[in-house]
Amino acid sequence: MRRYFGRKLLIYVLTFFLAVTIDWLIPRFMPGDPVQTMLSRAALHAEAREVMYGYYVRAFGLDVPLWQQYLNFWNALFHGDLGTSVYLFPQPVVKVIMRAVPYDILLLLPAILLSWFAGNHFGAIAARTRWLDNTLLPVGYILTATPYMWLGILLAWVFGIVLGIFPIAGAYSFELRPHLSGAFLASLLKHWFLPFASIFLVKFGGWAIGMRNMIIYELESDYAHYLEALGTPRKLIRKYAFRNAILPQITGLALDLGVIVAGALVTEVVFSYPGIGYLILQAIQNQDYFLIQGCFLFIIIGVLLANFAIDIAYVIVDPRTRLGMTGEGA
Amino acid sequence: MSKRVVSVMSLFVILSLLAACAPSPTPQIVEKVVTKEVEKTVIATVEVEKKVVETVEVEKPVEVVVTATPSAEEAEVAYKRNETLYTSGAAWGPPSDWNPFITWSKANTSGTIGLVYETLFLYDPLADKMIPWLAESGTWSDANTYDLKLRQGITWSDGQPLTAADVVFTFELGKYAGIWFNPMWKWLNSATALSDYEVQFKFTNPLYQEWDNNLYNIAIVPKHLWEGRTEEEVTSGANENPIGSGAYLYETHSEDRNVWVRNENWWATKLLNLKPAPKRIVDIRFSSNNVALGAVIKGEVDLSNNFLPGIATLAEKGYVQTYFAGPPYMLSANTAVLFLNTTKKPMDDPAFRKALAFAINTPDIVNVAYANLVKAANPTGLLPSLEKYVDQDVVARLGFSYDPAKAKKILADAGYKDVNGDGFVEAPDGSAIALKVTCPFGWTDWMEAIRIIATSAQAAGINIQDETPDYGAWNTALTTGTFDMTLNNWAGMSNTPWTLYNLLFRHPIVEVMGSGNFGRYDNQQIFDLVDQLAATPSSDEAGMKAICSKIQELMLTEMPVIPLWYNGLWAQYSNLVWTNWPTEAADTPNTLPSTWSGYWQMGGLLTLTTLKPVE
Repeated sequence: MRRYFGRKLLIYVLTFFLAVTIDWLIPRFMPGDPVQTMLSRAALHAEAREVMYGYYVRAFGLDVPLWQQYLNFWNALFHGDLGTSVYLFPQPVVKVIMRAVPYDILLLLPAILLSWFAGNHFGAIAARTRWLDNTLLPVGYILTATPYMWLGILLAWVFGIVLGIFPIAGAYSFELRPHLSGAFLASLLKHWFLPFASIFLVKFGGWAIGMRNMIIYELESDYAHYLEALGTPRKLIRKYAFRNAILPQITGLALDLGVIVAGALVTEVVFSYPGIGYLILQAIQNQDYFLIQGCFLFIIIGVLLANFAIDIAYVIVDPRTRLGMTGEGA
Repeated sequence: MSKRVVSVMSLFVILSLLAACAPSPTPQIVEKVVTKEVEKTVIATVEVEKKVVETVEVEKPVEVVVTATPSAEEAEVAYKRNETLYTSGAAWGPPSDWNPFITWSKANTSGTIGLVYETLFLYDPLADKMIPWLAESGTWSDANTYDLKLRQGITWSDGQPLTAADVVFTFELGKYAGIWFNPMWKWLNSATALSDYEVQFKFTNPLYQEWDNNLYNIAIVPKHLWEGRTEEEVTSGANENPIGSGAYLYETHSEDRNVWVRNENWWATKLLNLKPAPKRIVDIRFSSNNVALGAVIKGEVDLSNNFLPGIATLAEKGYVQTYFAGPPYMLSANTAVLFLNTTKKPMDDPAFRKALAFAINTPDIVNVAYANLVKAANPTGLLPSLEKYVDQDVVARLGFSYDPAKAKKILADAGYKDVNGDGFVEAPDGSAIALKVTCPFGWTDWMEAIRIIATSAQAAGINIQDETPDYGAWNTALTTGTFDMTLNNWAGMSNTPWTLYNLLFRHPIVEVMGSGNFGRYDNQQIFDLVDQLAATPSSDEAGMKAICSKIQELMLTEMPVIPLWYNGLWAQYSNLVWTNWPTEAADTPNTLPSTWSGYWQMGGLLTLTTLKPVE
């Protein structure tokens, strides 16, 4: 067990180092110049632009050779400093991320978990219920195949503009200042619902289809037939099938949870909901080296943690992994 | 394990049920009903009342909000609809700072300069007039001395008086390299406070045109709050909770909004009898124009400064109001010019450039790409607000318009012929011509425009393809001069034609042209004229016109850049809550209906003072 996790941990540390290096490199290979881009947004007088260009290149530490920038980056990283955003100058990257990410977590965490839970169960039931398989599954296929943008706009249009029961923009009413009251919480929930529902619907379809196919596969496998031949109750066979079918779904869930910090770009654009996805897009378009680095750093950490969680989860839920380790240890 | 999962999941199921309930009566509505109906309604009927109110809200959301009367303690946190102005279109990212010296991020906290910090003068582009603001008057006592008198009785929002010391302090901050008006100190010698309300500026070589521009763009900051700050804090501090002298105070912000609340002790209310009508301004950042359009249709935004394609249809139907009742609906804010890279063949040939100017189908850009929301530009590129500087004789003689036949003729006369029979002309020396016209990806209106430029040039026999790199790549190509031809609009509304000419003919030509003359057009004669214009006093209108005429003559003969159309000062307003918006009509205000950063001091602020709440 110890050797298993020790080796895994080493791989994770190496992956982290490589991924962060690539994360640092890629924005710098993009054509363009972040400071030039930043200054081009100001209606500056000609001479001022030249003077300020020099000033800000120094301020962002972009005037030293690349290898030195790279060392400075690791040095700062170990001191917990992700630098200052260029696009949202002078905000520190950490602050920008911390301000935006809570919206994503509140939106995506429930959407992913609920859709996973509901999708798996409906999928499992659908796999052995003919009428559900003929009604629910096609709906699931349509939901998953729908371009998300289109679905989002449709929801916003129908519920936001035609029926007018949901707001179309913001995380809470533009008439309110954040405070602790029923009215404010209700406003938060009301603004949260459509973005949540749109993600839930799309993800639900995906999970349900995956589970349905897995269950059918498992019920057709040798062990299921063997159990059947032994006269095992159907309920028990289904239980075993479900336990096996859930394994790939757990991997999918963990990977989904790992990229929560990447936000939900299209949702944020369609519903004008605050979050990190839109900021990442803006950061890339503005070549904001530091914000890109910071965001992807958290995504890397998220994905690695998710993978680690899968490793642990498999040990718990899949006895074969446990057995494998014992064999290895012996 | 499964039990634990189930219990966690059931928590979320409960949450989802809660969420599902959210659309039906929310506590917010219940409260409203209780406050209104508490005397005459017994609790049992509240249930019924709720439903009635709910359906009313579905049909007419605005009215319900207007009649809502929050209790006293709620007034702090819930804004009354009839006291609040909702705006959008200025910000494209979350607010990041309130520092008036970091100008490029001010779009996201539009109002920092204009609502909170104020300038010495305002400028009215429609009347071409400098309006004394913090200053009472400013005069050139001799060619190198400018005497400024401040108004007496102006206070900062913390109660301290605004005096000459604040003005001198602010101007001297420009000695830091990181301040945008730093280059002014090359020709400004000193700023001295003669008394509490008099400042004298001494110049070595005054650039009058730029000086006027600075007078309405440099925001004055309070010395007593800024003098203890380090250079870094001044040039790049976030300056949270800004204290200014303006009509509004910072109230709060979040990821997608800025909230400003009226300064009830604003000096101009006492001294100029001006009072902005809205108690609060909530400036909203929408992440896409589609959402902004939805909010405009629902009447949730009073003034939208977003570019909304097709808004003309809504304006015709009376959903929204625009400055002009018919095309182009919007005032013109800046000129879209096509920069030609004159260091590359065949753009180094004036005849080719001129032919291209005749080949571009600008009417199609205006009618098709913009659906009549913009106006075709004058061949000189000067905005309608600077029309008096256009020499009509020169334009009549040398101007251009869409005329493919003439384009073909100019090309043929200059020796451009289709040698290999591919339908496109080759250069006189026989080499093939294959050019690219660019604009940043995602700028949908411009992408459509360059497509029209490319196809109309092809129709005239010039092989031009359109291409849309990312903004960063586009910007690099622009400033380092590796592009063939590209669109740019960095000269906006201004007090002087020099602003446009400084963009078009920036000099000297250096490796990186960061702020103008991207096509590296090299003509000392025109450079000298631009410098001469910069040093002409703005009171000498005849002198300015004479120089402009010479520049226009050279520009239209040589055609190093091709002005195409005027981008609009996008503004659509709703009359549901606020009315008396600026229009071309004589009985309405003629100020700029804009919340964009830099436009508050060009009339945006005055628009707020003439708004009227709907009864």
